[in-house]
Amino acid sequence: MTALAGRPKTGLDANAMIVGGILLLGALWSLFAAASGADANMRIHAWVIGLGFVLGLFGMVGVYSSGGVERDPAQYNETIVKYGVVASMFWAIAGLLVGVIIACQLAWPALLSWDALPQLNFGRLRPVHTSAVIFAFGGNVLIATSFYVVQRTTRARLAGGVWPWFVFWGYQLFIVVAATGYLLGITQSKEYAEPEWYADLWLTIVWVAYLLVFLGTLAKRKEPHIYVANWFYLAFIVTIALLHVVNNLAMPVSFLGSRSYAAFSGVQDALTQWWYGHNAVGFFLTAGFLAIMYYFIPKRAERPVYSYRLSIIHFWALIFIYIWAGPHHLHYTALPEWAQTLGMTFSIMLWMPSWGGMINGLMTLSGAWDKLRTDPVIRMLVVSVAFYGMSTFEGPVMSVRAVNSLSHYTDWTIGHVHSGALGWVGFISFGAIYCLVPWLWKRKGMFSRALIEWHFWIATLGILLYITSMWVSGIMQGLMWRSYDSLGFLEYSFVQTVEAMHPSYIIRALGGLMYLVGALLMAWNVYKTIKGDVADTEDAVNPQSAAIQPAE
Amino acid sequence: MADEHKKDVDAYSGVDTTGHEWDGIKELDNPLPRWWVWVFYASIVWSVIYWIFMPAWPALPGMDGHTRGLRDHSERANVAAAVAELEASRAPMFTRLTEAADTGGISAIEADPDLLNFALAAGSSAFGDNCATCHGAGGQGFIGYPNLNDDVWLWGGSFDEIRHTLHVGIRWESHPDTRFSQMPAYGRDELLNREEIAAVTDYVMTLSDMIEPTEAGQTMGAEIFDFQCSACHGADGRGDRTQGAPNLTDQEWLYGGTRDQIYNTIWRGPYGMMPAWEGRLDEEVITALAAYVYLLGGGESETITEASAADVINTQEAGR
Repeated sequence: MTALAGRPKTGLDANAMIVGGILLLGALWSLFAAASGADANMRIHAWVIGLGFVLGLFGMVGVYSSGGVERDPAQYNETIVKYGVVASMFWAIAGLLVGVIIACQLAWPALLSWDALPQLNFGRLRPVHTSAVIFAFGGNVLIATSFYVVQRTTRARLAGGVWPWFVFWGYQLFIVVAATGYLLGITQSKEYAEPEWYADLWLTIVWVAYLLVFLGTLAKRKEPHIYVANWFYLAFIVTIALLHVVNNLAMPVSFLGSRSYAAFSGVQDALTQWWYGHNAVGFFLTAGFLAIMYYFIPKRAERPVYSYRLSIIHFWALIFIYIWAGPHHLHYTALPEWAQTLGMTFSIMLWMPSWGGMINGLMTLSGAWDKLRTDPVIRMLVVSVAFYGMSTFEGPVMSVRAVNSLSHYTDWTIGHVHSGALGWVGFISFGAIYCLVPWLWKRKGMFSRALIEWHFWIATLGILLYITSMWVSGIMQGLMWRSYDSLGFLEYSFVQTVEAMHPSYIIRALGGLMYLVGALLMAWNVYKTIKGDVADTEDAVNPQSAAIQPAE
Repeated sequence: MADEHKKDVDAYSGVDTTGHEWDGIKELDNPLPRWWVWVFYASIVWSVIYWIFMPAWPALPGMDGHTRGLRDHSERANVAAAVAELEASRAPMFTRLTEAADTGGISAIEADPDLLNFALAAGSSAFGDNCATCHGAGGQGFIGYPNLNDDVWLWGGSFDEIRHTLHVGIRWESHPDTRFSQMPAYGRDELLNREEIAAVTDYVMTLSDMIEPTEAGQTMGAEIFDFQCSACHGADGRGDRTQGAPNLTDQEWLYGGTRDQIYNTIWRGPYGMMPAWEGRLDEEVITALAAYVYLLGGGESETITEASAADVINTQEAGR
């Protein structure tokens, strides 16, 4: 760290005052809530939240007593990206592990449910899994890569002084608050939006700061044009802010309590929820990760992006059409049929705009296809795009009402989600991290290419086991539910369908376990690379300097 | 701005770049793939056609809420029609079933093979989604939930008794005529001490010859049984169906037959409940359920043997 001593720092500026003030307010609220919260859960939860704010304040004191955060305008801020990479890796392991646990709970429910430990009940662990993989892992990957990519493609240091750090640590606090809340049984019962009002408010503050940091960096760019990856990042950040705020509109029962009433009710609430839920997929898991694709595939393949025109057209088509497709989650419900029709038809129209990204990703490889054989990271990125293409075709198919009458509420949906999540989101993230680690820590390459190969093959097989078992299970389940005997009675009781799915559940748990094993190999590989054990590696990347290059 | 662009040609593909470059990334100026454009157009055209035929867009005020589409399609009307059609297709048999049950009881149902098959199909369908949760998928029961396959009945095992139990439930307090009785919690409510409960446990276990008589059981236990238990379970311990009091002389134990389980049952006084299905299930479905449960194997009647019921069920399973 001595080498860094001479670098310019911010000193105790206005930004520090505002961030410190926010943390102080948070700590005070936590203190009140811990002392006189309206319910027992709130009083426990406030300790966790308060601890986060106090640690934040200590961190602030530590940093500002030695001059503040770095602000060298000639250097990229790579330190925060390093933190993001490590956090992503940590949350990946945590989220996947909980996924394997709940998959086992479904396969062996009698063995893995404990009356004395309601915290480990499937119903509470399930949102821990979904939030950990989507928001903790995926979110950290998005924040880390967006901070990296926006700097490099604008040739400007990340804006905002301490604010990027507020975004990073504030986001981690949100994750911990959300997850501990689920374990305590605190939930507003909206899928993928389970955290209660106070966690939602906190995320809103963090997210607005994220938007401002991103916009601030774009504003001081030294490139005349904004690179396509940044359009996608910006669409992701702006839309998630909008979705989050609207879907979480609620009135707390007490401002020191863990319960709230949603602003909407009945079918309006359902539609708002799935407008949110579907676009969380669209803008968090699609637009955000397309941004990653648009930077890391051309960088790793060292080939130009296939078509600029396609990138423009599919970007605007995607963000315009995606936002309409949510009602397809509510086929055959109280939602009026006309709204279902719109959800379905916009999902069909969404097919090609989604595939525009796939075409641009795959065709960028033209001229570098031979690297598929030699570079497991390229292979991971390409397979990721292939899974993206597959699940963005499967999605429109499942949105057709006739198909949905079979697939809805079955495991087919779970399989569909995981081909996107494990295949597309997971692999594009892993590929990006495999690129980033040597770049950030200035290593020749990753510690072991063989480990990347093992990771790739184990995880790919795991995904295939997962999605095929869920297809079989889901279609069987759907067929059994609708099966009538010749006298007009339902042929199977619900429990018979559950029994029939048991083998698929075991295979699914095995597939998930393999995916987790792959991630563990990766974590080891990342650790060894950061440590610097790369002398004998076969993996070699083009170095990326931390110094900002002058304009040509 | 355009002047800044340094267009060059990509050596591999021979395609121009746009002249932009970010962190070493360039973009080719390839056109949109034609197939992509045409499929995109086709999906839009298909959607527009779909909107013309189906309910699709919220309409202006005075336009009846939303566009109806040329087909005036309504999923709600469709499902109502489908349910009505299904109910109509089953109605004649249900009517026959109810009439047969009301006039001739189970033997009238059994006398008509078609009716018997129908009752078993309707009963097994209703059983799977309403009863199996407690009684098990095969009606085999669990601790606290009676086995319905055997010939041990707490409140009576004839077709009419089973049907009545289904109607009114057991200890289901919201039904005025529910079957009701209550065994005291002798230990928890301190009616007996531990030693006394142990003695009466001994005595109860000798009733079914599970243990050799013990000193305490035969003196203190017998005396307590006579005073506390015999009013419901009978002086000889053979139970009383009018009160739902189990027979203690057989080897069947609702709450388990080990010494600890029997002791614990006396200590806490079980209060097993079953919902009243009247009002929850249709009358004819209750009738079918009663026939199904009756024919599981333990129904009490002169006209049917367990073997013949098993045959019927096997035939029906094989027919699927």
